[in-house]
Amino acid sequence: MTLEYAYYPGCSLHSMAAEYDISFRAVCDKLGIEMREIEGWICCGTTPAHCTSKLLSLALPMQNLCLAEKMGMTEVVAPCAACFSRLKAAIHETAEHPEVKEQISSILDEPLPKSMNVLSPLEIFSKGIDLASAVTTELPGLKVVCYYGCLLTRPPKMMQFDECEYPMSMDRIIRSLGIETLDWSYKTECCGGGISATETDIVLKLTHDILEEARAVGANAVAVACPLCHTNLDTRQAGIEKKYGSSFGLPIFYFTQLMGLAFGIPSDKLGLHRHFVSADELLSGMRKG
Amino acid sequence: MIEPDLTITSRSQLAEEVLRESGQEVNLCYQCRKCAAGCPISYAMDYKPAQLIHAIRLGMDDIVFNSKTVWLCSSCETCTTRCPQEVDVAKVMDAVKIITLRRGIKPTIPRVSSFHKAVLANVKKCGRMFEVGMMISLKLRTFEFFKDVGLGMKMFRKGKLKIIPSFKGARTTWRIFRRVKRIEKGNRSA
Repeated sequence: MTLEYAYYPGCSLHSMAAEYDISFRAVCDKLGIEMREIEGWICCGTTPAHCTSKLLSLALPMQNLCLAEKMGMTEVVAPCAACFSRLKAAIHETAEHPEVKEQISSILDEPLPKSMNVLSPLEIFSKGIDLASAVTTELPGLKVVCYYGCLLTRPPKMMQFDECEYPMSMDRIIRSLGIETLDWSYKTECCGGGISATETDIVLKLTHDILEEARAVGANAVAVACPLCHTNLDTRQAGIEKKYGSSFGLPIFYFTQLMGLAFGIPSDKLGLHRHFVSADELLSGMRKG
Repeated sequence: MIEPDLTITSRSQLAEEVLRESGQEVNLCYQCRKCAAGCPISYAMDYKPAQLIHAIRLGMDDIVFNSKTVWLCSSCETCTTRCPQEVDVAKVMDAVKIITLRRGIKPTIPRVSSFHKAVLANVKKCGRMFEVGMMISLKLRTFEFFKDVGLGMKMFRKGKLKIIPSFKGARTTWRIFRRVKRIEKGNRSA
């Protein structure tokens, strides 16, 4: 039986985080999981929508769930943590408040999906898939800290995903690939994703603290599952180093890229060349098993 | 014996408006300040989240609308997650932003609200976010023409930015925006 899901890439995975998209698809291919992209999907509205209008912030993501239902699907995978959170919010708010449900349904001109489940890639790879048997390549010397960020687990009542203060799902996936992950206390700290374009000084401080802590526990790489986290930690890393006079040189991977490397997928098919901080030196010790 | 009356009988006008907008009862707050302690950005806020909640309770509009707090909030949901009284503090932050704009008050950090407007205008027109177009429109709104330009160029060279929008779903987003606006206008005049 092949596993099949509706796929909501979201805007970032079609632009800034294209490497998350291609590495995720490549890994799914390898594992025999089929992703069917939702035809005609639209932006989830992200932070600007919920800061401006409650109805708008729920109608935009719900439209995508209606489209998924038309494809005959009941499970949607959203790799971007912000999309994941907004799609979950749409389901949660309309289930809790009948009057909101009615309003959203009249805005979208259709009844809302009866049963729809939104999943993070972390969830589908955690569900009874034997990752270890797909591993062909050893990645010795890697000491990874898993950075989950805010929105995968918070607020727990709505997200119902992993442990909200100290999640382990990404750690478990990466450990099952034979890669070492370290304990650290910044797993769910905020990188300032939503205010990155405007309050850059704050973002530089938050990301500096995260990278500093990663280095303090002895990590030589960070794994993420969110395009905003990646942008802040990778593309802004040179800016952080300049402002604080530090030198990190910490490669930031999407966890799907680490999976791809362990499965023997060539690094150019995982989009590693798109990163600002190069991982070439770190990966020079890779061994085909 | 007299039954204790546990219902809250008086609410400031602002607390009432926040309740209508967000469903959140700020009077449940007992000032434990867990929200302020956990907030990653409270170091930069003039009023910590717990103080802002208190000002809303007391109906101190001048403090609330002159504070930078809500515009600095990054919506990380730490406060919401940790509140022992289950006040969704992040929703209160959103509600204050929405009320600020509805009352026609100028946001204390205009570039944050300009960013929200630039993103939403972009999504309405394009269906999916077109980053380059959004950043140009943000610069036209804030006059910060040189901010992050070098970073943008490097992202472009790395193939991280598209130069042509897709317009897929643009008709749908246009319709959703129009209908939301109509409902919200109706609610206000009702």
